[in-house]
Amino acid sequence: MAHKFILLKTIVYPVVDVNVMFSAGSVRDSKQTNGVASMTNHLMFSGSAGMSEQKLMNSFADIGAQIGSNFNRDQSSFSLRTLSEEKSEAIELFKVVLQKPNFDKEILDREAKRYVANIAQAETMPEAIATKRFMKSIYGEHPYGLPSSGTIDSINRIKVAHLKKFYKEFYVANQADIVIVGDVTKAEAELIAKDISSGLPVNNNIKAIPDVKKVEKQETRISHPAKQAHLYYGVPIMKRNDPDFFPLYVGNHVLGGSGFGSRLTYEIREKKGLVYSVYSYFMPLTKKGPFEVALQTSKDQVDEAMGLIKTTIQSFIENGPSESELQASKDNITGGFALRFGSNQKIMNYVSMMAFYNYPLDYLKTYTDKVNAVTVDQIKTAFKKRVDLNEFSTVIVGVDER
Amino acid sequence: MKLFKILFLLFFIPITGYTTVHKHSLENGLKIFVKEDNRAPIVVSQVWYRAGSLDEVNGKTGVAHLLEHMMFKGTKTTKPGEFSKIIAAAGGRENAFTGADYTCYFQQLEKSQLPISLKMEADRMQNLVVSEEEFAKEIKVVMEERLWRTDDNPKAQANELFNTLMFHAHPYGKPIVGWMNDLENMTHSDAEEWYKNWYGPNNAILVVAGDVKASEVFKMAEKYFGQIPPIVLPERKPQQEPKQNGTRTSILKAPSKLSYVQMGYRAPTLDKNSQEISKDQFALEVLVGILSQSSSARLTQNLVRDSRIALNVGAGYSMVNRGNESSFELYATPSETTSTSDLIAALKEELNKIKRDGVTEEELKRVKTIVIADDVYQKDSVFNAAMQIGQLETQGYSHEILEDYIKNIKKVTSKDIQNAASRYFTDDTLTVVTIDPQPLDTSKPKKGKPHVH
Repeated sequence: MAHKFILLKTIVYPVVDVNVMFSAGSVRDSKQTNGVASMTNHLMFSGSAGMSEQKLMNSFADIGAQIGSNFNRDQSSFSLRTLSEEKSEAIELFKVVLQKPNFDKEILDREAKRYVANIAQAETMPEAIATKRFMKSIYGEHPYGLPSSGTIDSINRIKVAHLKKFYKEFYVANQADIVIVGDVTKAEAELIAKDISSGLPVNNNIKAIPDVKKVEKQETRISHPAKQAHLYYGVPIMKRNDPDFFPLYVGNHVLGGSGFGSRLTYEIREKKGLVYSVYSYFMPLTKKGPFEVALQTSKDQVDEAMGLIKTTIQSFIENGPSESELQASKDNITGGFALRFGSNQKIMNYVSMMAFYNYPLDYLKTYTDKVNAVTVDQIKTAFKKRVDLNEFSTVIVGVDER
Repeated sequence: MKLFKILFLLFFIPITGYTTVHKHSLENGLKIFVKEDNRAPIVVSQVWYRAGSLDEVNGKTGVAHLLEHMMFKGTKTTKPGEFSKIIAAAGGRENAFTGADYTCYFQQLEKSQLPISLKMEADRMQNLVVSEEEFAKEIKVVMEERLWRTDDNPKAQANELFNTLMFHAHPYGKPIVGWMNDLENMTHSDAEEWYKNWYGPNNAILVVAGDVKASEVFKMAEKYFGQIPPIVLPERKPQQEPKQNGTRTSILKAPSKLSYVQMGYRAPTLDKNSQEISKDQFALEVLVGILSQSSSARLTQNLVRDSRIALNVGAGYSMVNRGNESSFELYATPSETTSTSDLIAALKEELNKIKRDGVTEEELKRVKTIVIADDVYQKDSVFNAAMQIGQLETQGYSHEILEDYIKNIKKVTSKDIQNAASRYFTDDTLTVVTIDPQPLDTSKPKKGKPHVH
């Protein structure tokens, strides 16, 4: 189903932002085609409708328009920011970019080499090694477990035909979400949205994203010459529009989602001085996204830090937050709600998320009430039901392999 | 047939448009700047201290940044962490950052909450308690931060080395986070001394931006900050960097697959008294744009897309700072088949082309268009607007130079760029750092899959 959000903001700021999103993230890759989704996203700005890459880039620059792309496990998206006075030309160009990509072989070869070099480089960086291994550990064979930019071998296998096929299958009008923010009228916005989507491919048999299956927990320790060890700990738990979203989200705000004042930061940084940064978060995706706890600390302290993470989370699962902690988190979340809409850019980010994941339109209106309605018991129940440390995988990079 | 569902969401926001910056000074020397912007019911409050690593002395590097951490650890009337808790309960977001030129503390809040922020900033401006116990924990946190930011990050290490190489006398040669050995030997009295020396209203600037009335902010500021006595500031010496006579190069060995080059030339900053005599500075500013501002820029086009000797390339130059010493820098990662010396030669050749042929009218027009558009885009963020004011004022400029910025950029000609390039891009004032990539595991012969259990 096509699902378009168009958002208008009163005309004072002479800028128009457009964001076009496709359900075409790395979750659409298989082990065999790993990297095709990312490469397709990456080459969308490398020439269109026969126009060269350089000519295209110059055309945007000549009118001061900015284009950008985003890529993650669920999503491939493209954004345009233009001054109002240049909007017709900018949108015309942007349309061509989205509808008529060249997918030139010469450019694919060049960019594949850059991908391969960057992947090889990432294999020397402790944080990159750890996150890649962590996703693999918690997702097993599910495509969320694949490295989102592919592997050296899989990138070297990519042909132009793969990109063209991927584009036709997933960059489709009936799945595109378009958000427009800024200096446009309702009629103009409608026209822009129709204009963009009418030239996109159509595919009524788009594949469903597979459910996440439970995998055996793993504990991985990888040696590295770095001075700090990087620790990742977690398991897939929550998807978008999850019925337990509010108790889990508000609960985690107390546990490790709010920096200073959250329990993990208090126990591990403020009380012991073991880390600069420690956090936990739920990253809801189309299917179950990771619950992740992470920190970096000097190698000789990593076992102590791990112990503190476990006891802190376990005690939170058993006892939940105190009434005053819960109130403090509610105050922070609801009191800061206006901050999420402080600029056109921020409005764009938030509404894009809502559009992509099919949030109900009254989401913003009911958000504060839903946060305020969460109780200590609901948090305890939700955490007990959904968060089980016995299922958590661990990855530590920067210690001796045991 | 395509199903087409269009949903509308309307934000009705009364707007009075952009306004100028309102300025006021308190008797104790605190300067206040207010930028009204009522697009959203929010406010940004920033307190800037003219104290950064630029003001540190040998043996005590990193103390400015350490003190920034300690500023969250309680005052005579508040407990450690209480500042953050109160801001959080007010729905706010807050943090702080330390640079070479300044230390800045900021909060973003719903507009009615501004008094909380001002009250607490005024409190920690005069009543901070640096306890030995809190210091002992926080210095460990800062050492972990250094390991994470620099010691385990080859590019950050290269940058640290680059700065020490370029600036021998000037404090810009020292790392903001501090040398590890200095951190290991730092005491809570070093932090106290820093606080006593630099934290006072006459060394600070308050910037408030958002849905506020300037007159009300001034009144509030008077109420909370007005009673704080000014401090006696230590003398600041200029610490000018001597003339460089000859290229300085250094190699950094680090665990990495790819190599890396950071190279730069000593360059001037905007004159603090007159923009009229800063023609070169604006020319260099435009040149950075032509070389690397957008994906259509020269360096990416020539070295990444055409000759393909680089995987990534960029240029950087800052025309404003407090220390009056700047550099024009290039950063590049060579492709796997390119040596760093070939890459350096290619980068130099790009600069030689500028000296020889200047830039095209098309490039010049394009980059000016981008600068003008960016200036509009920047205004989207209230936080950025406040940042610009605070930064310039702490560095010793008037924020009003922003008004002439575009006018001065528009004046730059190809000839100006050629002149500036010839003047500053000489081998005698060049500094180069390259990364010599080392394998991860030199001790153990065993390689392969990590052990899983």
